[in-house]
Amino acid sequence: MTDYTRMTAADIAAALAAGETTSVEVTQAHLDRIAEVDGDVHAFLQVDAEGALATARAVDEARAAGKELGPLAGVPVAVKDVLATEGLTTTAGSKILEGWVPPYDATVVAKLRAAGMPILGKTNMDEFAMGSSTEHSAYGPTHNPWDLDRIPGGSGGGSSAAVAAFEAPLAIGTDTGGSIRQPAAVTGTVGTKPTYGGVSRYGLIALASSLDQAGPCTRSVLDAALLHEVIGGHDVMDSTSIDAPVPPVVEAARKADVKGLKIGVIKEISGEGFQPGVKQLFDESVQLLVDRGAEVVEVSCPSFEKGLAAYYLILPSEASSNLAKFDGMRYGLRVGPEGVASPSAEQVMAATRDAGFGDEVKRRIILGTYALSAGYYDAYYGQAQKVRTLIARDFAAAYEKVDVLVTPTAPTTAFKLGEKLDDPMAMYLNDVATIPANLAGVPGMSIPNGLAAEDGLPSGFQILAPATKDERLYQVGAALEAALQEKWGGPILAQAPELAGKADAR
Amino acid sequence: MTDAVVDYDEALQTYDPVMGLEVHVELNTKTKMFCGCSTVFGAEPNSQVCPVCLGLPGALPVVNASAVESAIRLGLALHGSIADWSRFARKNYFYPDMPKNFQTSQYDEPIVYNGYLDVEVPTESGDGTEVFRVEIERAHMEEDTGKSLHVGGATGRIQGAEYSLVDYNRAGIPLIEIVTKPIVGAGTRAPQIARAYVAALRDLLKALDISDVKMEQGSVRCDANVSLRPVGTEKFGTRTETKNVNSLRSIERAVRYEISRQAAVLDAGGTITQETRHWHEDTGITTAGRPKSDADDYRYFPEPDLVPVAPAAELVEKLGGTLPEPPAQRRKRLQSDWGYSDLEMRDVINAGAVDLIEQTVAEGASPAGARKWWTGELARRANVEGRTVEDFGVTPAHVAELDGLVKGGRLNDSMARQVLEGVMAGEGAPTAVADARGLELVQDDGALEAAVDKVIAANPDVADKVRGGKLNAAGALIGQVMKELKGQADAAKARELILAKLT
Repeated sequence: MTDYTRMTAADIAAALAAGETTSVEVTQAHLDRIAEVDGDVHAFLQVDAEGALATARAVDEARAAGKELGPLAGVPVAVKDVLATEGLTTTAGSKILEGWVPPYDATVVAKLRAAGMPILGKTNMDEFAMGSSTEHSAYGPTHNPWDLDRIPGGSGGGSSAAVAAFEAPLAIGTDTGGSIRQPAAVTGTVGTKPTYGGVSRYGLIALASSLDQAGPCTRSVLDAALLHEVIGGHDVMDSTSIDAPVPPVVEAARKADVKGLKIGVIKEISGEGFQPGVKQLFDESVQLLVDRGAEVVEVSCPSFEKGLAAYYLILPSEASSNLAKFDGMRYGLRVGPEGVASPSAEQVMAATRDAGFGDEVKRRIILGTYALSAGYYDAYYGQAQKVRTLIARDFAAAYEKVDVLVTPTAPTTAFKLGEKLDDPMAMYLNDVATIPANLAGVPGMSIPNGLAAEDGLPSGFQILAPATKDERLYQVGAALEAALQEKWGGPILAQAPELAGKADAR
Repeated sequence: MTDAVVDYDEALQTYDPVMGLEVHVELNTKTKMFCGCSTVFGAEPNSQVCPVCLGLPGALPVVNASAVESAIRLGLALHGSIADWSRFARKNYFYPDMPKNFQTSQYDEPIVYNGYLDVEVPTESGDGTEVFRVEIERAHMEEDTGKSLHVGGATGRIQGAEYSLVDYNRAGIPLIEIVTKPIVGAGTRAPQIARAYVAALRDLLKALDISDVKMEQGSVRCDANVSLRPVGTEKFGTRTETKNVNSLRSIERAVRYEISRQAAVLDAGGTITQETRHWHEDTGITTAGRPKSDADDYRYFPEPDLVPVAPAAELVEKLGGTLPEPPAQRRKRLQSDWGYSDLEMRDVINAGAVDLIEQTVAEGASPAGARKWWTGELARRANVEGRTVEDFGVTPAHVAELDGLVKGGRLNDSMARQVLEGVMAGEGAPTAVADARGLELVQDDGALEAAVDKVIAANPDVADKVRGGKLNAAGALIGQVMKELKGQADAAKARELILAKLT
């Protein structure tokens, strides 16, 4: 019997189109897999079996009736819990939104529904997407399918882990400083952060409005392109959305050719401070691209080093304002202050926010409130915006010389749960290579490029392209993926340990 | 406790008032500033809301292009500069009527800056009027907040209330805030200038048709900053900001009161506290609100969910072509066209009847007839009932028709008033009301003559007086004739006939 959970979304879609299987069968297979392994992985905060199967049935009927369907119709998908889903609880990993059922769909979710994609459930994340390990979820951490004692990355650890554990062929993540790419790197999966404005943010619970971007989490570059095409495009509900067609990402992924392309290695992010195994794999991947006909050029982006500092001013500043609405007045958690008989609205707001937000969220709200304060604004927020401009200039200068830039995605492979929880600075350093793309609004992708020699855990290779040239990520990503899989004799996840799950009990 | 005040004229001998006026205007766009919700006033609470104006997690704003056009047109009408690039910013503070706990407003990059508005005020000697120029600092766009209703307290304020209800229908209504530069040199006329400025601004907004300008519904709200400095000095004194003064008369009174109150504080050697003050319509005083310092920290930063507003030069130019005739100029033109005296024109303006008379004249009425009805009976009724002349369901076409019936000799004045009542009662257009009520002057000269003969015969004494040259005595006979014909006689004709027979 075919195990549909092991197939790529493209293959599932082909099987559905050929009438070899049904969406109900495929969806049920994934629901069964979730039931089997998610007790260990904890990728999902909520599974919507009923809703997913209802969509699957509707798609099967439509297909049987000969209706024209989108390329991913019937292929199930998991959605990060930061996107509003009408009728389905949306918490952003926070206690303050426990039980909140949105009355509307995020545009990305509406597009998934319109494409006939069953939504399996909502995936775990660091609270309000603040973190690089998913340990800051108010509902407990997600475990890395490669080693359950390790983090799956963050903030979208749930989406990447779900894909890596074969619980979903596709998932939606969001990336503010690396929350799609870094989890992809440490779980051996593919993740794309599209150009800022390429995918609507309407219905995405904002962390930092000027940095947030939703994108695909998958096991193959082609799958990412297919999902990117479903969720991308202009949205009148999002003023920052780009009014242009989705870049030809699927075509580029199928092309998978790097002959004559100029690939830039960034002097400042080429391996120093990276785990040796990660650096070694990066160098090997660059060589593979050269072998396939690409030309490698070293470029300098001196301002990137200041990116982390600027990011940790801009993000908390915007977040402190975005998160002000969670006050217990209209929805979500409401907590009365202790020992006050007739509390004022202000007291209820304070007590609710105290009880509802976790430490990392409070830390960033305090940082952001401080950075925006009168008298400090110019020194902090103002300076950070200037750095942002400098980083954008570095990118522009680099793209004068090269077609894409490449870096290791994350400095290390997956670290142990709890290892960096008490060291925010160490945690923040995870994002050093991914942050510049968010600050400049350019697209980035991480693809798995091997297992590090010292620990046998997956490493990620990041590709960055100029704004609106997302197709280049797929062109290079697919070429490298093909070269690597030729070397490995199959996808990297074939090397992942089997999850015991409930199979043990059987 | 009531604050001490000094006599206004006395205060002005010692102190020179400086004002700053901030006027919030609700625009009359069909939809809200950042979403598609309706802006109709008076709907069921929380029925005109959506994820965007409720600030639900994930929702995003989109700028209402028609609100931007209104702001540009206002800016041009105020002779202001239109920024070719302006941005929205977030003003951060926590309050339950603000769904996002920040207000999306404009901060240091407003859409309109550096304008002016000329207002007509009495000369200092009081023997005429002159133009006073109020300089405009800026006009910017923002969203309104929801409306809190504090229940259970004595004052209707949040302090002491048992609980509060919030209606978010108002949240997200487009506002334009117009801020003046410090108004100096107003002297004793400061209260009048404040009033005249808001009145002129209201007229301009109305002429532009960008707001309902219903002050009583809060669609125009004025905050008046007032400070005093010793006469002859340059440095501004500490100011207070009297919030939400919502009628023209109150603006004048509030400024006047604040001058008297501050003068008393200064006279007693005290200092003015920088604070917001509440205006009390009933008692005519202001009371202290919350202290306000320049250090109020709203942590403004550019709104990252919106792109900058960068109106194209062609758009600004096109909108410049849609500006109405300036209200003051228009009034002068109409006064001259209609041949009204200054006094008559003032009554017309005070009755809010300029547009109505213009339309009535366009419908064929004489300017004098149109004025008579709108500023006479209708204005009187409106005044008594605390309504506006437009509230009675009487249209310019009705008044023109009524005027025609009088001019054509079908109705006399008292009959016309009855017809007007019928129109107000919803009985239909004037001719139909006159028909239904059987109102028509007796046109039959024979019937009139018979009545005159009868009355002369029945009142020989009075007739003799008239014959003796006391023409005024004819009035009594006319009255009798009218009575005889149940009021449906043409009094002028009756008089003519009586005099013809007796002299």
